[in-house]
Amino acid sequence: MSFQDILFYIFSAILVAAALGVITMRNPVNSALLLVLSFVTCAGLWLLLEAEFLAITLVLVYVGAVMVLFLFVVMMLDINLDRLREGFWKWFPFGAMVALIMVAEMSLVLMGKYFGLEEMPAPMPHDADYSNTRELGRLIYTEYVYAFELAAVLLLVAMVAAIALTLRHREDKRPTDSSKQVKVKKEDRLRIVSISTIKKD
Amino acid sequence: MNFIPPDFAPASSEIFMLIMVCVVMLADLTVGDNKRYLAYLLTQVSLLGCAVLTYASFSSESVQTFHGMFIDDAMGDILKLMIFGTVSAVLVYSYAYITDRDMLRGEFFSLILFATLGMMVMISASHFLTLYIGLELLSLSLYALVALRRDSVIATEAAMKFFVLGALASGFLLYGMSLVYGATGTLHVSQLAQIIQSGASSKEVLVVGLVFIVAGIGFKLSTVPFHMWAPDVYQGAPTAVTLFIGSAPKFAAFGFVMRLLIEGMGEMVSDWQGMLVILAVMSMAVGNIAAIAQSNIKRMLAYSTISHMGFLLLGFISADVNGYSSALFYVIAYVLMTLGTFAMIMLLCRAGFEAENINDFKGLSKRNPWYAFITLLFMLSLAGIPPMIGFYAKFAVLQAVVNAGFVWLAVMAVMFSLIGAFYYLRIIKLMYFDEPETTEPIVPNGDVKILFSANGLAVLLLGIFPQGLMGLSLYAIQNTM
Repeated sequence: MSFQDILFYIFSAILVAAALGVITMRNPVNSALLLVLSFVTCAGLWLLLEAEFLAITLVLVYVGAVMVLFLFVVMMLDINLDRLREGFWKWFPFGAMVALIMVAEMSLVLMGKYFGLEEMPAPMPHDADYSNTRELGRLIYTEYVYAFELAAVLLLVAMVAAIALTLRHREDKRPTDSSKQVKVKKEDRLRIVSISTIKKD
Repeated sequence: MNFIPPDFAPASSEIFMLIMVCVVMLADLTVGDNKRYLAYLLTQVSLLGCAVLTYASFSSESVQTFHGMFIDDAMGDILKLMIFGTVSAVLVYSYAYITDRDMLRGEFFSLILFATLGMMVMISASHFLTLYIGLELLSLSLYALVALRRDSVIATEAAMKFFVLGALASGFLLYGMSLVYGATGTLHVSQLAQIIQSGASSKEVLVVGLVFIVAGIGFKLSTVPFHMWAPDVYQGAPTAVTLFIGSAPKFAAFGFVMRLLIEGMGEMVSDWQGMLVILAVMSMAVGNIAAIAQSNIKRMLAYSTISHMGFLLLGFISADVNGYSSALFYVIAYVLMTLGTFAMIMLLCRAGFEAENINDFKGLSKRNPWYAFITLLFMLSLAGIPPMIGFYAKFAVLQAVVNAGFVWLAVMAVMFSLIGAFYYLRIIKLMYFDEPETTEPIVPNGDVKILFSANGLAVLLLGIFPQGLMGLSLYAIQNTM
């Protein structure tokens, strides 16, 4: 067993354990943190597959940005865990049965000869100076430019939709209007009252 | 390494559409609340511009560009022209409705245009990646449109269901595509067809992938057993959005099935035929029987959609040029009828009053005989009674399915559409034989009046003279296969 194989098994074991933890943990914050762990180990697996750029992107984007945001949301929302778990055991036997059948069916196909090492041999490793970031960039901006631009449009739609769904001009809020604040004059705010002074005895 | 820029000309209408969406969004920002109609006008102009661009570049040859990710052919052009017309009609019908309900905002129009762009991408996709991205572009815009009235509980619930089930369906579809990629090593639709034909890929993996792909398509077409979202979304969404969801995306779904199943995996016809037969029979049964029990008109029409999608699948099951062209004819007929029916529901709505119950149709002939007559045409057509277009559409798919040797399937389809005739005829009975509950007059704008009448007469005239439209459908399919 080579060093890479040992690494692969370590990463895989952590990944599977962390993924199981995500769905079994009682506390959603723990679940989110375990999801971070599974992303990081997944990035390790991708590094073994020579997908260095994607591995780093996974850590940067998902762990660094998405999951942190997710943690904030989980912490800020008041989730009633008991209501979420209501009916869990009632539906568990049925759900588990469906899941088991699906796993069995899919493993018949995926574990069989179709995706074995003979069918899909490992590709030749590239030289040390081979940059897959560069190759990825070249493909994205040439062959896949149409899909790439469309993905950008998809993000634009997400932005428009998010703003359209959340932006409301509420009546009960009193926001500060900075232009009004700047325009304000001394006479508007300051009232000079002359009070007659009285001598104390 | 030389870089050859792709040929942009075949995608000119897509590019124009994207530019115009941005123009609509930015133009709407600069005007005040009393000039929101600017976005409406600009949207109509962009649809017209796209139609002109598509029509000008129309040819029977198919051109590929962007490294084979984009295909421009006769079927794509015809479907796109239909979509532009449909979306434009949807906007004309919805204008008064959305004005009354404070939905006349730039986002409404930009999201509709984004969805239209998604449909155009789907129709012109010749690569799994673009097929999927186009579908997501359409779906994402639709989710947002359904939820646009955030204060309405029922709309939010519908959007939530739509989103969760739609995401699940996308997952199915992607997983199926990944298995197909694993078996063949390509994502190009045309290369995929060649590899399957050569028999170099393992059949078993392909079939498993196909199961997931058909399940994903079943979700998007709202066929039983993947139909659960349709009634809730149709009922919960604002009627203008329901009209949009129920009409133009059906063209895109047709194009999607053509590209993915017929062009890409046409060699595996014996495998997907059986799956589609199950979907079709169950859709026709559940759709027609469940619709009888509905008292909400939008919910009833959702079940009616499910049964019509079952009929549409019959055309694909026939698996020949005649079958596909009759399916295309069916989609066109279906969209014409849906447009008119939902337009009538919106005509019954007033500011502060939502017409949702079938009882709102009571005594329509006394309130407005002409609209009652046009609605009568739509209902007869939906039920498939001659000489309406709905009859000819059903007739064409049944003929195709009988020619393909599925006589029992045709018999079942006829039985179920007989059951379905009940709830369409019930609307007619309510309109003509019951007393109106309100005497409120129906006062539409001039353009709605003209379009609605034209729509109704088209359903009648195209039913009497279907040859032209049938010829167009046949032409579209023949030049694509």
